[in-house]
Amino acid sequence: MSDTHTNTATAGTPEFYVMEEHHPEGSTMLGFWLYLMSDCLIFAVLFATYGVVGRNYAAGPSPKDLFELPLVAVNTSMLLLSSITYGFAMLEMEKGRKGTVLVWLAITGLFGAAFLGIELYEFGNLIREGAGPTRSAFLSSFFTLVGTHGLHVTFGIVWLITLMVQVGKFGLTEANVRRLSCLSLFWHFLDVVWIGVFTFVYLMGVLR
Amino acid sequence: MHSDLIHFIFGRLTLDAIPYHEPILVATFAGVAVGGLAMFVAITYFKLWGYLWRDWFTSVDHKKIGIMYMVLGTVMLLRGFSDAIMMRIQQAIAFNGSAGYLPPEHYDQIFTAHGVIMIFFVAMPMVVGLMNIVMPMQIGARDVAFPFLNNFSFWMTVAGALLVMLSLFIGEFARTGWLAYPPLSGIAYSPDEGVDYYIWALQVAGVGTLLSGVNMVVTIIKMRAPGMTLMKMPIFCWTSLCTNVLIVAAFPVLTAVLVLLSLDRYAGTNFFTNDLGGNAMMYVNLIWIWGHPEVYILILPAFGIFSEVVSTFCGKQLFGYASMVYATVVITILSYLVWLHHFFTMGSGASVNSFFGITTMIISIPTGAKMFNWLFTMYRGRIRFEVPMLWAVGFMFTFVIGGMTGVLLAVPPADFVLHNSLFLIAHFHNVIIGGVLFGLFAGINYWFPKSTGFKLDPFWGKVSFWFWLSGFWVAFTPLYVLGLMGVTRRLNHFDDPSLQIWFQIAAAGAALIFLGIIAFLVQIYVSIRDRNSARLRDTTGDPWNGRTLEWSTSSPPPDYNFAFTPVVHDIDAWDDMKRRGYQRPLDGYKAIHMPKNTGTGVILGALSVGLAFGLIWYMWWLAALSFFLMLATAIGHTFIYKRDFYIPAEDVIETEAKRTALLAGQV
Repeated sequence: MSDTHTNTATAGTPEFYVMEEHHPEGSTMLGFWLYLMSDCLIFAVLFATYGVVGRNYAAGPSPKDLFELPLVAVNTSMLLLSSITYGFAMLEMEKGRKGTVLVWLAITGLFGAAFLGIELYEFGNLIREGAGPTRSAFLSSFFTLVGTHGLHVTFGIVWLITLMVQVGKFGLTEANVRRLSCLSLFWHFLDVVWIGVFTFVYLMGVLR
Repeated sequence: MHSDLIHFIFGRLTLDAIPYHEPILVATFAGVAVGGLAMFVAITYFKLWGYLWRDWFTSVDHKKIGIMYMVLGTVMLLRGFSDAIMMRIQQAIAFNGSAGYLPPEHYDQIFTAHGVIMIFFVAMPMVVGLMNIVMPMQIGARDVAFPFLNNFSFWMTVAGALLVMLSLFIGEFARTGWLAYPPLSGIAYSPDEGVDYYIWALQVAGVGTLLSGVNMVVTIIKMRAPGMTLMKMPIFCWTSLCTNVLIVAAFPVLTAVLVLLSLDRYAGTNFFTNDLGGNAMMYVNLIWIWGHPEVYILILPAFGIFSEVVSTFCGKQLFGYASMVYATVVITILSYLVWLHHFFTMGSGASVNSFFGITTMIISIPTGAKMFNWLFTMYRGRIRFEVPMLWAVGFMFTFVIGGMTGVLLAVPPADFVLHNSLFLIAHFHNVIIGGVLFGLFAGINYWFPKSTGFKLDPFWGKVSFWFWLSGFWVAFTPLYVLGLMGVTRRLNHFDDPSLQIWFQIAAAGAALIFLGIIAFLVQIYVSIRDRNSARLRDTTGDPWNGRTLEWSTSSPPPDYNFAFTPVVHDIDAWDDMKRRGYQRPLDGYKAIHMPKNTGTGVILGALSVGLAFGLIWYMWWLAALSFFLMLATAIGHTFIYKRDFYIPAEDVIETEAKRTALLAGQV
């Protein structure tokens, strides 16, 4: 059988069928990217909410009273470092070195866990000082925005551990490479969102 | 100690939550229970569970998932319409000191449930269902980009619908109106479970809608047949693309705003409360930033259906294809710039109201362009007034009037008078019934033979159409009149006896629509009964002399849709193939790569009902347990790497040989 069906057809009739098996290109990355953009909109809503009610202190504490920038700076560096180490994991993945990929992923997870730990410590301090999420609309929106980011990081760590098990068990297969790339997008996305949180909530909060 | 344990297990769920003292609900429950039991027994007796599980529930085939969406939408239509006719009867009789038969707290639940069900569990499933059935075939694909996700999305939608249905018999539904504005929907004024049912039903179904949106966008972007550039796509694919872009860009906002409302209710935060800095208008803004795109999510696919139907039944390429595409895209963008027209009376000031009034009016321009495209397609066309075409013509007539009352409402000073009146109710039913619902019926009648292999009975289709059309006008013209007289919406009873006649006419209209629904069910019954008659059976795969690729394959299509992927050269690819003498390949078949079925979607859907039910009734153990089981199921699913299989070439040869024989018998 020839490649196309039209070898016998006249010049006036173009080919109407692909006679070979037709393989559409992979679409997982585009799909995941679209999902991330929808997630980004959730953060957009939370940022907007913070923008609208972020100064409604209800005679309670304001950012200047609450935020400890040095602690947040350490926290930020944890997340930024985790992004770098994830990047190293991806570089190793390109070279096909399973062992070092796993090491870098583990370091990434530890940085992520450190970030979460510091965040929980900060939340605990605030709640102990009486500045919990129920105190004012400002604190409601603060805890929700930062907490939603934290939940995403938590979910990212669960995913990271799952993937480490899968890479360890099945190696750097095509499916696992695709999954690592998705988690990479997710992880860096959370980093970008955190830059927004750090700037918009913490730095500008202390300035006002 | 004992009561502590009971409280731990059942949360705030007590026997009082079962409405055995409400005769209407008891009767409904008896009906549902008897019907459900009869169905269960019948399925068991005919040993159909295995078949349903293997061939339908776990199926990742877009055509079957689409049909399941349509069934869900039809069932929920019956529920939503029951609510509607109950409201119409109540308002027709609650005059002259009579309180009617529905007490206010029940009536409030009914109008809330009516809105929620009709939008989320009738219109959305049907729109998504038709896109599922048709769009992949129109682009010449074998399935959607993420078949498992498609199945999962469907079951999340079912889970949401199930939660709304549960609220009928266990506890109450929200009494807040379909968008649950705070502070009324806050914990201070709605302390019981109604709003929580609302929140979790929408959240669960929303996950499904969002993922299905991502899925469809990727399918259209990545999986089009060779040669099908974007500007050669069928219009229905274009409107599907725009609708799904809107879904991806709008539903996260709904998710976020409902999360904020639930935090207010569960965690005591102050987003929308009256004190401690909360801002209820922020909720109204956010929910309409989702809500306005939502109405275009519903109407754009209907526009696509009408474009296909008009073009097919006029035997012409659509007039102004490019302008139709541009109009669709312009509407998509503008739909984000009008949300504030839902609450001009908020008091944003003249400049803000003017901006949103003007953007709203601008939307009528691309919509009007579409209307002219359909009219000019009909002009000098060889029009066949088959049932889908009747719906299309009925739509054009009805929708134009609904659109004009919409432009009227877009004028802020007029809106200050008509805001929250029955005029508004008449307007949006005019565009949603006259636009979305008529479109869905056109689409059902048009694509039914493609999905099943036999046409729907045209006689009963016409009966249904005329009852719906006349019923719509008899039911809603009085509401325009009443609205202009200043009658507001959501009223349980009335003092002014001079208004009663209008409500009685409206109730008569609802009765006509009821006949329209009955005729639709009869139409389906008669068509299934006579499915093998020459009158209804479709052996060609192309019963309407169609123009797009879905008609190039058999009816119903094989699992793989196309034995060979088609190559597209022109708009209306199938018409092009027919005109230029295509030849259907008769050999050279190869094994076809397909996705495997999976039960994970059903399991996750069921667990999400458990999670939501636990959260609604404060049964925290159930919520936590369901959540961890969901997580475990999802992670477990990722350990399945082998998700595909090959349909052997012999099977393809056999299927295609049958079609060859069928086609030969036809000639």
